[in-house]
Amino acid sequence: MEYIDPHIHMVSRTTDDYETLARMGCVALSEPAFWAGFDRSTVHGFRDYFRQLTEIEPRRAAQFGIKHYTWLCINAKEAENVSLSREVIAMIPEFLKCSNVLGIGEIGLNKNTRNESIVFLEHLDLAVAHDQQILIHTPHLEDKYQGTRMILDMLCDDSRIKKERVLVDHCEEHTLEAVLEAGFWAGMTLYPITKCTPARAVDMIERFGTGRICVNSAGDWGPSRPTAVPDLIMEMRRRGHPPEKIRTIVLDNPRTFFSQSPNFVDNWK
Amino acid sequence: MNKTSVLDREFLEIRSLIVQLAAGLDRIQRCPLSPQSDRRRDLIDSALRLIQNSEGNRVEQVQLLFSRDFDPNWKKALLK
Repeated sequence: MEYIDPHIHMVSRTTDDYETLARMGCVALSEPAFWAGFDRSTVHGFRDYFRQLTEIEPRRAAQFGIKHYTWLCINAKEAENVSLSREVIAMIPEFLKCSNVLGIGEIGLNKNTRNESIVFLEHLDLAVAHDQQILIHTPHLEDKYQGTRMILDMLCDDSRIKKERVLVDHCEEHTLEAVLEAGFWAGMTLYPITKCTPARAVDMIERFGTGRICVNSAGDWGPSRPTAVPDLIMEMRRRGHPPEKIRTIVLDNPRTFFSQSPNFVDNWK
Repeated sequence: MNKTSVLDREFLEIRSLIVQLAAGLDRIQRCPLSPQSDRRRDLIDSALRLIQNSEGNRVEQVQLLFSRDFDPNWKKALLK
């Protein structure tokens, strides 16, 4: 089945992984800017990273017929450094004209601190000023519930934010309903240790339906499975869900969300 | 799907998870006791009780048990 992985960090993956994704049915993916496993020391490190996301990865993906999209920001972990964050935010508009950029992301919170909140709000200003979609990272483990609620507060306080153009990611059982009820798109990240398993994600789809829900693999440099979305497809098939319902989750929903960005090329119309 | 067919599908996996859980708790118990109680061990015990006693929606309750509290007035403290 053709699918889109809306959140996968391909800079962490080998070229073999691109081939495997293509063989599994992946036709497009989007790669939010994230923490590289270490804190970058200057804005120049981010400039090089954004070139990787807008020039290098699209070429690697294209070798296997996969369309590569991206989102730009300084991630929540490095956002603790407010002065560096401001330099990065000031540089981002240079890259917004690149043809594979869908918006600002993955912004959010990590340890739910004052500095992270300040930088999150400044990213919202950036997105509004440039009419960009927003992809949001919610914290992991014990910080998730508190951080997600804080993020929803900040989003809902800002009347400039168009809720249908925002996806709040890494939702789990204790955060999904609040995100959907607030009117945002919700992402579920399928991941072996933190976040959510394919079986639990299907449980939530069965509880809450298919509206405004996407699933992704994260596929980063930690223990993760870049083929987690096909794992979810298998789990839905195993439980007897019809192909149209599975397609809604893994293809049509990401298309609908991404189509709000002028850079998204919808080949399935 | 009825309960029996879901149980048919899930039984071996749940059995396996319970065996893994029992083995992990035994592993902790075999180690010498630390002089102070550990909050994480208390959380595990609370979660196990919650799973047994709950009438439903166990996963959300367990997730909240393992979560930091949310203060609805967080902005006053953090974003002055």
